[in-house]
Amino acid sequence: MENVAKTEKKERRAKIKINEDFCKGCGLCVTTCPLQLIKIANHISKKGYFPAEFVDPEGKCTGCALCAIICPDVAIDVFKTKKPAGGEK
Amino acid sequence: MEKRFMTGNEAIGEAAVQAGCRYYFGYPITPQNEIPEYMSKRMPEVGGVFLQAESEIAAIYMVFGASGAGGRVMTSSSSPGISLKQEGISYIAGAELPCVIVNIMRGGPGLGGIQPSQSDYFQATKGGGHGDYRLLVLAPSTVQEAVSLTMEAFDLADKYRNPVMVLGDGYIGQMMEPVVFEKKPQPTLPPKDWAITGAKGRPTKLIKTLYLDPVVLEQRNLILHRKFQEMVKNEVQVENHLTEDAEVIIAAYGTVARIAKTAIQVLRKKGIKAGLIRPITLFPFPSKTFEDITQRVSKILVVEMSLGQMVEDVKLAVCGKVEVHFYGRTGGVVPSYDEIVAETEKLVNKEVQ
Amino acid sequence: MEVIEMEKVFSRPQSLRPVVTHYCPGCGHGITHRLLAEVIDELGIRERTAGVAPVGCSVLLYNYLDVDMYEAAHGRAPAIATGCKRVHPELVVFTYQGDGDLAAIGTAETVHAAARGEKITTIFINNAIYGMTGGQMAPTTLIGQKTTTTPTGRLVERAGFPIRMSEMLATLEGAAYIARVAVSSAKYVIQAKRAIKRAFEAQLKGLGYSLVEVLSQCPTDWHMTPAKATKWVEEKMIAYYPLGEFKVPKEVV
Repeated sequence: MENVAKTEKKERRAKIKINEDFCKGCGLCVTTCPLQLIKIANHISKKGYFPAEFVDPEGKCTGCALCAIICPDVAIDVFKTKKPAGGEK
Repeated sequence: MEKRFMTGNEAIGEAAVQAGCRYYFGYPITPQNEIPEYMSKRMPEVGGVFLQAESEIAAIYMVFGASGAGGRVMTSSSSPGISLKQEGISYIAGAELPCVIVNIMRGGPGLGGIQPSQSDYFQATKGGGHGDYRLLVLAPSTVQEAVSLTMEAFDLADKYRNPVMVLGDGYIGQMMEPVVFEKKPQPTLPPKDWAITGAKGRPTKLIKTLYLDPVVLEQRNLILHRKFQEMVKNEVQVENHLTEDAEVIIAAYGTVARIAKTAIQVLRKKGIKAGLIRPITLFPFPSKTFEDITQRVSKILVVEMSLGQMVEDVKLAVCGKVEVHFYGRTGGVVPSYDEIVAETEKLVNKEVQ
Repeated sequence: MEVIEMEKVFSRPQSLRPVVTHYCPGCGHGITHRLLAEVIDELGIRERTAGVAPVGCSVLLYNYLDVDMYEAAHGRAPAIATGCKRVHPELVVFTYQGDGDLAAIGTAETVHAAARGEKITTIFINNAIYGMTGGQMAPTTLIGQKTTTTPTGRLVERAGFPIRMSEMLATLEGAAYIARVAVSSAKYVIQAKRAIKRAFEAQLKGLGYSLVEVLSQCPTDWHMTPAKATKWVEEKMIAYYPLGEFKVPKEVV
């Protein structure tokens, strides 16, 4: 199940997807994200936890992946916009 | 065939090497130090591995690891060291791994003594470690038999995927006798497709003993149980020595059985027809042999270098049909043949009085 | 909405099975398992790796890591790993152990595997407590730390001092790479991964015994939230168990 907030038409640099089947709501990603784009949700997941959810209405996520790096449950996938062909890597 | 004059300990080591054992892990303890010492020299000669572990506990777990990796592996120790190995032996049996464990028994309990004894019978045959498992236990009586049983032990271990114990005593370990190493044809053994070799091109393998679901664990135990029932059906070895016309039976194993044979010679000269039942496998126990003998003989004298351990299995086997008597020496004291003669005479003359 | 092409830049490593773990929320095991799997993937050694799981919270490691595995008796993993490595020297063999497993019952096996320079790698999870059994004192429990068997806090007169295993093992000639790391925040996790990779590289180069001690938060048995627990690692544990590399072979870059 994806936790991606709705976005505007503005191009996103990056985003994350939090898998509620794996998230245990430990909150480490919440404190880790340098831009505070992750919150603990108000709903309870199928597993009985209050899972984390990605809240990034302004598309600020840089894809630093620190949230994924600290996540003990590998519940976070990180996506970055593909650079245009011929551009810098 | 070349006859070699070797101590039991060395002969056991050489027998293992000839049986294809290429991994030995052990720790020094009297009276079996010659086994690791021999293996430390011999293993490198055949491209095998000798490792003196930091304890008997570490050694048995190295056996666990090497066996789980598919190796033909042995460890050896003496009574107190075998006590240390018990958890590991339970794990090896639980994980259905093959290995050979040699126990050269000494006096106990505790630090005890370094002279021979037979006081680890219970430990070898009735568990030793925790849980519902059995060891196949082979008890040689001569150095030559120690060779043949050690070689057989590896095949039995592979056949049943179970630890097999070669149970000797300090005499067998220390005495020197001429032996021959007969190359026997290898039986067809099941492939070790369960072994840890790296999951290349196949699903991963797991060597474990934890089954938290009791229903599953019961099933696992029943699988093990069926193996032990097969052993009982197929693997009993026993020697009947002059039992056909016997009026009194002496039951003994290992070194005591040799002494008993001398006693029987003396007894027969005195007109007492004594015979010997010598269990060679202590598990599975030759219960049927004892059961059958009750039809012809009404007195059995069990002689052990202990305060009475095998005697209980004899009593179980005869199921109260005949008298079972016991004579034992312990603490490292070895009974002489005339003690056995005197005890047997007492037993036979009881009725006459 | 515009369709934007995005590529996945972070996902579950191949060697870590997509299975929900039984670990508590915030536990350091989950992070360390992932780092281990990432290193195995990056070194391309999954098919020639064998692991030995301990007794402790991570006994079920074999459900999560997709490699051949043994389940060891408490403390005996280094002995089992030794047996395996001596039969298959070409395999990469690792043990994964907690502080009870490695620093209490298994200290002899640990010290001697290191002394022998056994070519295996140990991942040592130090959470200063016995997790699986409900929070008793460990050899690594800090002075004054409350556990179920030190209810008023660990007292030196009764229970002595915590053991710094990494420093001790680094004194052994057979030890090729010994490091202590933490997984309490992303920056430490990144360093931890580097250490784990170096440890495996030491094994691949046949240099001897390698060990990475991972300071881990145990929110449940420390009776803290995961966030507070990570702070406790950084404020209290690192003070007694400094991070760093205590033994580095010249060959490991």
